[in-house]
Amino acid sequence: MADPMRIRAQAQGDKAVVRVLMSHEMETGQRKDSAGKTIPAWFIQEVTASLNGSPVLTAQWGTAVSKNPFMQFTIRGAKAGDKVSVSWVDNRGDKRTDEATVA
Amino acid sequence: MRRRMMLKRGAEVAAALAAAGLWPAGAHAAWAQQAFDAKGFAEALKALGARTPQESKDVTLTGPDIAENGAVVPVACACALPGVKRLVLLVDKNPNTLAAVFDVSDAIEPQFATRVKMAQTSNVYAVALMDDGQALFAQKEIKVTLGGCGG
Repeated sequence: MADPMRIRAQAQGDKAVVRVLMSHEMETGQRKDSAGKTIPAWFIQEVTASLNGSPVLTAQWGTAVSKNPFMQFTIRGAKAGDKVSVSWVDNRGDKRTDEATVA
Repeated sequence: MRRRMMLKRGAEVAAALAAAGLWPAGAHAAWAQQAFDAKGFAEALKALGARTPQESKDVTLTGPDIAENGAVVPVACACALPGVKRLVLLVDKNPNTLAAVFDVSDAIEPQFATRVKMAQTSNVYAVALMDDGQALFAQKEIKVTLGGCGG
C-alpha cells in the first residue's frame, strides 16, 4: 500500500480549504529506462473527497498530473471539527484513503 | 491505533455508500479513456461532450509565465459563474492533452489548484463545462525551459 497522504483542511469563514499531498509515482508511460524499454504508465486515475462521509468531489486524472500530486479544493459549509476524507485509485487498482479534521 | 480505526471506518462507509448506490454516478463511472487519449484541445473537449468552447473572462487560469521545470508546473483554475458541472485542465502540446477533470458538486467551490507536467512550451487551458451545456475557457501560454515528459 502506498504511503499516507498529507491532508490539511483549514476553516475559512463558512468554507474549508483542503490541501492534499499524495505520494505516488505518476509514471506517464512516455519515459524509457536505461535499457530503452518503455516504463509502463502508473498513475492515479480517480480521486474522491467526502465531508463527514458524504461525497463532495470526484476528479479524474490523466498522466499529466505531477509526481506526488498536490491538489487544493474548497468545501462549502464545512466547519472546524468536520471530517474530510480523500481517496484515490490508480490504474493498477491500488487505492488509499486518508482522513483529516477541519481545523 | 485510533487513526487506523478511523481509516478503516472511512473505507467501510465508502463501501456501504457504494453498495447502497448513494455514491454519485461520476465516482464509479469508467475513467474517460477516450478523452484522456485525445490529442489536442479540440479533440479532447469533443470527447468530453463539450460543444463550441467560448473564451470567457469568468474562467480564470493561474500559473507561472515561465516554468523552469516542466515536471511540476503549479496551475490553478476557477470559475466565477454558478452552475459549473466540471472544471477541466488541458495542456495543448502534451502527448495526452487532457490533464485533469474535476466534477463540481454543490458542496464544492469551482476552484482547484494542482501541479501538472508539461512536455514543452504550450498553451494551457481551463475549461468550465456548465449545466446548460456551454463550455467556457481561459488560456495561458506557459513557457517551459525543461520538459517534464520523456527523457
